[in-house]
Amino acid sequence: MFYREAGQFKSSYAEDNQIFPIRQDRIAMAALLALAFLVVPLIATPYTFSAILIPFLIFSLAALGLNILTGYAGQLSLGSAAFMAVGAFASYNFILRIPGIPLLLGFVLGGLSAAAVGIAFGLPSLRIRGFYLAAATLATQFFVVWCLTKIQWFTNYSSSGVITAQEMLIFGYSINTPMKKYLLTLSIVCVMALLAKNMVRSNVGRSWMAVRDMDVAAEVIGFRLMRTKLLAFAVSSFYCGIAGALYAYAYLGTVEPEAYNLDLSFRILFMIIIGGVGSILGSFLGSAFIILLPIGLNLLAHALSLPTNVASNLELMVFGALIIFFLIVEPHGLARLWQITKEKLRLWPFPH
Amino acid sequence: MKLIKSVILSTAILGAFGSVPLAQAQTSEQYIPILSYRVGPYAAGGSGFYGGAIDYFNLINAKGGLNGVKISWEECETEYNPSRGVECYERLKKNNGGASLVEPLSTGIAYGILDRVAEDKIPMTTLGYGRSDAANGKVFPYIFPLITSYWNQAAAMTKYLGDKSGGMEKLKGKKIVHLYHDSAFGKEPLPVLEAQAKQYGFELIKIPVAHPGNEQQSQWLQIRQANPDYVILWGWGVMNAVALKTAQRNGFSRDKILGVWWAGSEEDTVPAGDAAKGYTTMTFNTPGNYAVLDEIRTKVYAAGKGNLSDKSRVGSVYHMRGVTAAMLWTEAILKAQEKFGKGKLMTSEQIRWGFENLDVNEARQKTLGAMGMFPPVKTSCEDHEGSGAVKVQQWNGDKWIAVTPNWIVGDKALTRALLEESSAKYAAEKKITPGCLK
Repeated sequence: MFYREAGQFKSSYAEDNQIFPIRQDRIAMAALLALAFLVVPLIATPYTFSAILIPFLIFSLAALGLNILTGYAGQLSLGSAAFMAVGAFASYNFILRIPGIPLLLGFVLGGLSAAAVGIAFGLPSLRIRGFYLAAATLATQFFVVWCLTKIQWFTNYSSSGVITAQEMLIFGYSINTPMKKYLLTLSIVCVMALLAKNMVRSNVGRSWMAVRDMDVAAEVIGFRLMRTKLLAFAVSSFYCGIAGALYAYAYLGTVEPEAYNLDLSFRILFMIIIGGVGSILGSFLGSAFIILLPIGLNLLAHALSLPTNVASNLELMVFGALIIFFLIVEPHGLARLWQITKEKLRLWPFPH
Repeated sequence: MKLIKSVILSTAILGAFGSVPLAQAQTSEQYIPILSYRVGPYAAGGSGFYGGAIDYFNLINAKGGLNGVKISWEECETEYNPSRGVECYERLKKNNGGASLVEPLSTGIAYGILDRVAEDKIPMTTLGYGRSDAANGKVFPYIFPLITSYWNQAAAMTKYLGDKSGGMEKLKGKKIVHLYHDSAFGKEPLPVLEAQAKQYGFELIKIPVAHPGNEQQSQWLQIRQANPDYVILWGWGVMNAVALKTAQRNGFSRDKILGVWWAGSEEDTVPAGDAAKGYTTMTFNTPGNYAVLDEIRTKVYAAGKGNLSDKSRVGSVYHMRGVTAAMLWTEAILKAQEKFGKGKLMTSEQIRWGFENLDVNEARQKTLGAMGMFPPVKTSCEDHEGSGAVKVQQWNGDKWIAVTPNWIVGDKALTRALLEESSAKYAAEKKITPGCLK
């Protein structure tokens, strides 16, 4: 009913190549963006902005980064949090040490630093793959956090190793309320998600997928493995780096290197597994699941006025059970679930 | 079918969250949000501390409140995770007429909400942790590292070790290992220890332990090779018991280990078994029993309102710290009431004034039934800490006993100078003009 496509014909290549070929999808997406940019700022409370929407968007971006590397290019990584840390601390240092540098340029430079670190630690991927590569990227995780705690220059010699994010100024306009921070984060995430979507549809994305599916075959038909893999590492780390900078600037305000620990890397990995490996939408769904579900469960436990220690443990148990449930029902993640729903809706009410 | 079922289920679950209304309590009560953690690696500390605080609230309410004003509270699980902590803070701060104060008992969360509390004008206490330079009320008007900060603790540690060796000058040429949790928490005392190493001529060896600290074989090997005179154990959670056991295995005498106050609870020593016997730590509470604890036992636990499921934890180190914290909070509210109207609800800004003008002397402690439970606290705009005094306690294999009868105060001139320097740097970074709030 909702997805009846009768009458939607494509008469040019451009029409055939658009991101959302179905009109209903286009309308839904436009409505969603309008909602996010225009309606949400009017109705949401500071709590919703700073405790739910901003972290959700930031982790979506980080998951997107990991999804490019793991989902599209097939390179397993456990170092996402480390790349986030590089992004955050590099942005901090660029903004601190270059007076008058624009904030967004600082973020981009932070992202590029993360990309450089990503390339360096992506080098082992040329020789090893799968679990072995995951173990090698684990080194990034430990090395980066160790480096940031050890070398005091990175934290501007702060006695406890915590950085305090500078004031966010864009063209002299201060980003200081939760709503402004939300809009900044949302804009960055939208632009980068669009970029990612186009990247994976272009020949770059095709080359990543070819390498993912079988790298020897990809090499035989002429893809340059080294370039493809390192590009995936660079792009992925860039995305994580920007997410890390936003985490420090738009979300927490102050960060210690320990905030970007292995735990966070795992959480991002779970996001793409639950959301859907190799899917842009999946990164957002996974982030929503991992970030919002515990908060929802906590609110639910409160509403049922359970004793707090029972509630705290119950939350972990229900969360774990739901992860298992979803993975059994749909091992390809929430994005695949949505895709199936859409396909069924297109045939509904006459499935065959 | 499977798909439809799961879709319906998931929408039902998500729908349930959307429609959950937040529990609203009456606004005629002084509301305190509790950012507690009762699961995760630090659950033992969190449940004891917040259990103690809630027990004290229940006691106050059972006795008729603060000049008739009852205390209400709402709890939120942070799991000691900064990101969850910020969420909890944002969720609770506006409820029930607004938060009176906040206490996250976590360095990470405290740093995460440091700027937010100043913006929201909600006082935050960081009892025995957090930024030491926050004691400067001119730069941090809303932060109160009450009783004592890490820097004063570190200074008191050197003083104690100096006295133990027979005078500060005897520290010259000695080796002291700083074995620390490799995080903001563990690195906080370094400026003081480094300055004192220079001043008294002892060698400071810094050995970090990665979070959470359940593997310390190489660190203790390093310690055995260095053969230090003392080891300062700056640990938290599971790291402490592991350190004690590893020390025993390496044949390092436990009475040479001096723990930080977060390494000095029953939860640290009992799991370590006999490896903990003779181990000393700093503390800002004197172990023992007090009238207020007896009152909690008879009026709260006997009425079935106790917060801890294990009644024997009443009076344990973390529980007592929770009681101490709650006592200082309610004293601040009472102080504010004295100025702004007895028996009235206080706003968070009025309570901030209360915190800045605390005077919990020995006479007041006696009335509260907590004589000597913690050092007398007297705050001002310059000094949000109010004391800086600590004691040393020792584990005798069964319970903690105070080793030093009197409160120890370290080199406060040194910590003050460091504090001024560091807070000035923060003020410059954040473009704050230092000054006292009215």
